[in-house]
This record gives sequence, structure tokens and C-alpha cells, in this order.
Amino acid sequence: MIYLKLIWSYLKIGLFGFGGGYAMLALIEREIVGPGWITEQMFTDIVAISQMTPGPIGINSATYIGYVAPGHAGFEGVIWGLLGSITCTLVVVLPSFLLVTYTSHFITRHKESALIKGVFAGLRPVVVGLIASAALLLMNTANFGSETDDIIKSVIICIISFCIVFFTKIHPILVIILAGITGLIIF
Amino acid sequence: MKQLFQLFSTFFKIGAFTFGGGWAMISIIEKEIVDKHHWIERSEFLDLLAVAQSLPGILAVNISVAVGDRLRGMKGSLFAALGTILPSFLIILAIAVFLTPDIIKNNAVISSIFMGIRPAVVALIIAPVITSAKAAKLTWKTAIIPIAVAVLIWSRIPVISNPILYIVLGGIGGYVWFTRNGLKRKEETK
Repeated sequence: MIYLKLIWSYLKIGLFGFGGGYAMLALIEREIVGPGWITEQMFTDIVAISQMTPGPIGINSATYIGYVAPGHAGFEGVIWGLLGSITCTLVVVLPSFLLVTYTSHFITRHKESALIKGVFAGLRPVVVGLIASAALLLMNTANFGSETDDIIKSVIICIISFCIVFFTKIHPILVIILAGITGLIIF
Repeated sequence: MKQLFQLFSTFFKIGAFTFGGGWAMISIIEKEIVDKHHWIERSEFLDLLAVAQSLPGILAVNISVAVGDRLRGMKGSLFAALGTILPSFLIILAIAVFLTPDIIKNNAVISSIFMGIRPAVVALIIAPVITSAKAAKLTWKTAIIPIAVAVLIWSRIPVISNPILYIVLGGIGGYVWFTRNGLKRKEETK
């Protein structure tokens, strides 16, 4: 049953999604692309759409994947999609509700303790690795093409985009729009 | 009731107009909640932020639940979180209905636009790898942790490529390391 599987996956994403949107990507990729609910390309497209629309990437991906995944499992139509969207979005925020409501006093009281400080000191380098793994996972033929010509063009777009994002203050949305226009011209 | 609705509309506005997720939202939430509505003192907001940051999940949702809960309990957290979630839910739903995977694939114009966008998205994820590595104050020695984590997840080998494994290990490892070093330091000062 696709909906139960979606609930299980998004529960895991909500419960172990440390370190912000980019760090959650590796987890989302594993849970969602792994079982084949959406393609690698679709996953990258969702990340792109998330960048261009307001709101957190966790919500955006839950809503989109919740809509698309039931269709792949034979539940086609707007109603099934809507049900999936609502389910995934609610499930991904459920752990937040429970954890924030029930543990906030504990955390505020013990924020200087070895437990909290130690756990977060340990998570910090892991989060760097999580983001890096998301980048590695997305460097594939689905996103860069399989023919030499496409790969070269894609790598050039990637390097130039990186330089713009890293060295200038130009907004990422503008970078995506420019990359889209470039794609329209050269592909 | 009035404050519940205000909570909802404030977070709805933030959810609808903030691009870039978590951190971009935090400063605007702080302005609205602390400076404009005077609902919470700044020091208390920073405490709530510390909680929201420490817990897993979507940062913007965590902070809205924390603020809503602090102001009006369970109802408050529901209204605030719904406000944060609803704008992106509605926008993405509209996109999902009209921009289906088939359209992206089969429409020549949209397809080549996305072929250009995909490598740029990869670049957008490489950039925070470097900034977060700097922020975590990694040395050549400790850099082995993120490199190993990234490669093992990327390997797709069953079990050891599961990100959850490294989140759990990182937390436990950090705790063990911190308590040991803390003890050592105390002994040295003696």
C-alpha cells in the first residue's frame, strides 16, 4: 500500500532530518528515489522548484512527491494525488509537533549539558557529509546527460553556477533562471 | 481567538514570501514576533530558536510550533504551523497538478530548460558543503568524518549507505567524546 509506505518514509525523514534542508536531501533521496517512486531527474527538478518557490524544501518535496508517487503505484488522478500530498506533508511535520512540545523544557534546561553539547558537536561534521553526499548522489547521468556533448555542457553550467553562488551575492533563484535560459539555448 | 488568527496570518505571510527556507525565515519571524507584535522577549525567542535548531525536522516548522506553543499551547502551535506550511503546500500542489513529470519530459522547451537547471541545482548543493565545512571548523584530521559519510552514503551499499546510521553514530560519538574530554579537562585543572 503506497500510502503506508509514504507515511513510513516521511516519518523517518521528519524524525532524522537534522541540519536543515540540504542535509535532508540525502535522506529524502534514499527514501523516495530508492523505491522508484520518482526518477532521479524528477528529484532534482523538485529541488529546483523548491528553490524557486517560497517555503522550506522539506514541505515542498513532501507535497510534490505525495502528489506524484500514488500515480506511479496505479492510484492515478487528482484526488489520490491530493490525498498523498496531505498525508506526506502532515507526516513530515508530525515529529516536529511532538518533539518541540514535549522536549523544549528539557532542552532549554540542559542546553549547557554534556549530552546536548556533545550530541550537536558530533552531528556537525556528519551534516557536512550529508550535504556532500546529496551533491555526489545528484552528479549522475540523469542530471548531466549520458552523451559526451551533453556532459560537457552540463559540467560547464555546474562550474559557472557554483562560482556565481559561491563568490558573488547573486541570489540562487537568479542562478536557476539563468541556467534555465542557458539550457533552452544550448540543449 | 484573535491572537490565534494573528499567529496564523503572521506565519502564513512569512511562509508565502520567504524564499530560501529555514535561516531566511528565522530573521523575519524574529522581527514579526519580537519587534512588531511584542509577543515574546528577544531572549526567550533565542531560547526557542535553540530548541528548534536542536530538534530534527524542518526548522521553520519547529520554530513556529515552539512560538505557537509558548503563546497559546497546543492550539497556538497548530495555527502557527499551519500558517507556515499552507503557502508552500498550495503553491507546490498547483505546480504538481500542472507541471507533471510527463510534461517536463515531453515538452521540448520545458525539457531543455530543465536540462540547464539540473547541473545548476547540483552547484547550489556543493556551495553549502564548503560553507558548512568552514562553519563546523573542520581540520584536516576531522574532515575524514564528512568525507567518509558522504562516500559511504553515495556507495548505495545496503545498510551502510543509510544516512540515519551516521546521524545516530554522530550523536552518540559526539556525546562520548564530549564527556571523556570534559572529564579529562576537569582532571587537568585539579
